Amino acid sequence: MAPTTTREIFLGEGSGPGSGGQNLHVNIGPQHPAMHGIIRILAELDGETVVRTDVEIGYLHRAFEKECERGGYNNAIPYTDRLNYVSPLINNFGYAAAVEKLLGITVTERCDYIRVVMSEISRICDHLTCIGASAMELGAITVFLYMIKAREFLWELVEDVTGARLTISYGRVGGVRADLPDGFAEKARKAFKETREVLDEVNRLLTGNRIFMDRMIGVGALSAEESIAYGITGPLLRAAGVGYDVRRAQPYSAYDRVEFEVPTQKSGDNYARYLVRMAEMEQSMRMAEQALADMPGGAVNVDVEGRPVDPASYVDRGKQGKTEGLLLLPIALSPNLEGQNRKALERVITHDKRVALPPKETTYGSIEGLMNHFMLIMEGSGIRPPAGEAYVPVEGANGELGFYVVSDGSDRPYRVRCRPPCLPPMAALHRMLEGGMVADIVPTFGSVNMIGGELDR
Amino acid sequence: MDGELILGRLRERFGPAVLETGSDRGDHTAVLERGVLAEALGFCKADPALAFEMLIDLTAVDYLRFPGREDGPRFEVVYHLYSLRHNHRLRLKVRVEEDDAVVPSAVPLWPIANWLEREVWDMFGIRFEGHPDLRRLLMYEGFEGHPLRKDYPVDRRQPLIGPRN
Repeated sequence: MAPTTTREIFLGEGSGPGSGGQNLHVNIGPQHPAMHGIIRILAELDGETVVRTDVEIGYLHRAFEKECERGGYNNAIPYTDRLNYVSPLINNFGYAAAVEKLLGITVTERCDYIRVVMSEISRICDHLTCIGASAMELGAITVFLYMIKAREFLWELVEDVTGARLTISYGRVGGVRADLPDGFAEKARKAFKETREVLDEVNRLLTGNRIFMDRMIGVGALSAEESIAYGITGPLLRAAGVGYDVRRAQPYSAYDRVEFEVPTQKSGDNYARYLVRMAEMEQSMRMAEQALADMPGGAVNVDVEGRPVDPASYVDRGKQGKTEGLLLLPIALSPNLEGQNRKALERVITHDKRVALPPKETTYGSIEGLMNHFMLIMEGSGIRPPAGEAYVPVEGANGELGFYVVSDGSDRPYRVRCRPPCLPPMAALHRMLEGGMVADIVPTFGSVNMIGGELDR
Repeated sequence: MDGELILGRLRERFGPAVLETGSDRGDHTAVLERGVLAEALGFCKADPALAFEMLIDLTAVDYLRFPGREDGPRFEVVYHLYSLRHNHRLRLKVRVEEDDAVVPSAVPLWPIANWLEREVWDMFGIRFEGHPDLRRLLMYEGFEGHPLRKDYPVDRRQPLIGPRN
């Protein structure tokens, strides 16, 4: 029989009675409880064996790249939250790093460490969700509940720092939005302790579990050569035995100053991916703990004399010409601006006036500060990197997350390209599924950890 | 391998077909003539000193409204390559005119190029010669135009598509 064409698969042409075809075409998705986003897998089945699949994506396309061209450089930060919505902090920092490279600026050391801590927390959340969801799809709903419990501890940390759980918008070109809150290191240590307990429990529930192993071992395997040819990075590539990790190969932020291992496995099947992710979570916690211990700058405390004043009376004093000592007065900022007073901002954002908003004290208390603020905020002004282009890779939870930004010298990016880490595995998904059983589609698809927001942009 | 050496090796091999080389902000870039693109990609992958086993990214940029480049070739197709063996990166570019927006396909070298080229076709309307199945990737069948082109009318609605047989 001649190979089926795409039109035949999609539109059912020629598959009517009498065409000789015995195979069954099954649509899995776009709306299906086990599809982690919206995606369509069109499978041709011979009995229970998958003969051919065609993967269709794009259902969650929201014109991310086009939207980025419409606003200023910092305006794209909230859009990047919605790329990989399970680990949005990494996207924030990746995009910010690309624009920083265009501008040729470096961020402060404390900011580098904060980025490491927050990225690693996000990575753990991502892996927890992935393993939890794929275990649930195999019937292990306890594991899912445990994992979500652990993720809750970590999301509380994220909430403490950013004020939000998912749409965090915490990164900024040149630094981060605000400093870490007081007592964060202690809270983080506690959350990691709880997470470790959960992981230990899950480890005992799953790793040696006969049912789980039977479903995972040897299923959905992809060789190292094929993974490389498909451009696959991250846990999937490491599960196939290639120890490529952007954090190790081309360290960014403070990754060259923390110790960690890059866990690898050999077989490249679903079970190996599970083991790699479990091992990576421990490494992530190790990195975050080191970064918290070594973080320069220490805790943030206001050490200027005098009680904090509220912004309105601060401005009043400036208007009345009582400017003596005004800039040294701390302002009582509203709670949603916590961690953004001058002392904190100096630590976490670059000192380049072309990029960083001045602290509120300076904006309210001096004309230079006000002008600086104005020049960054007003339409037509803002961050203006010199014309050129830059590509920056960071290690996302699913692999290499790259941002390629082209600047024409204006205040808006000319082009922003996101290299989504889960697109290559999705392109290779048909290789993992074909020849396997129809019941293995769901676990294999789960092990890929497809994130619709990032895949379809 | 140092970026300058990579670029030097390309220049040595392809001579005047390497139109431009540059090392901007630590990224090493070579602009190639379209005629040698397929050969150059193959060379980058196979040459043991370069050994770019991975096609990390393939995208395009529309230079229609870029100050100073309005008259030049409209599109640039951009390849980001990475070598696991040597841990180095390279950006290759090829420029194409709007009325002749065709580039040889990289699918025979890297299967991932299949989807990436479909996305570039979808978003920019650049065709890839030798691609086995050049369909839209993200937009639906029946979508009109190519949204990442700079002259795509963002404020207009797409025509609604009816049921199809």
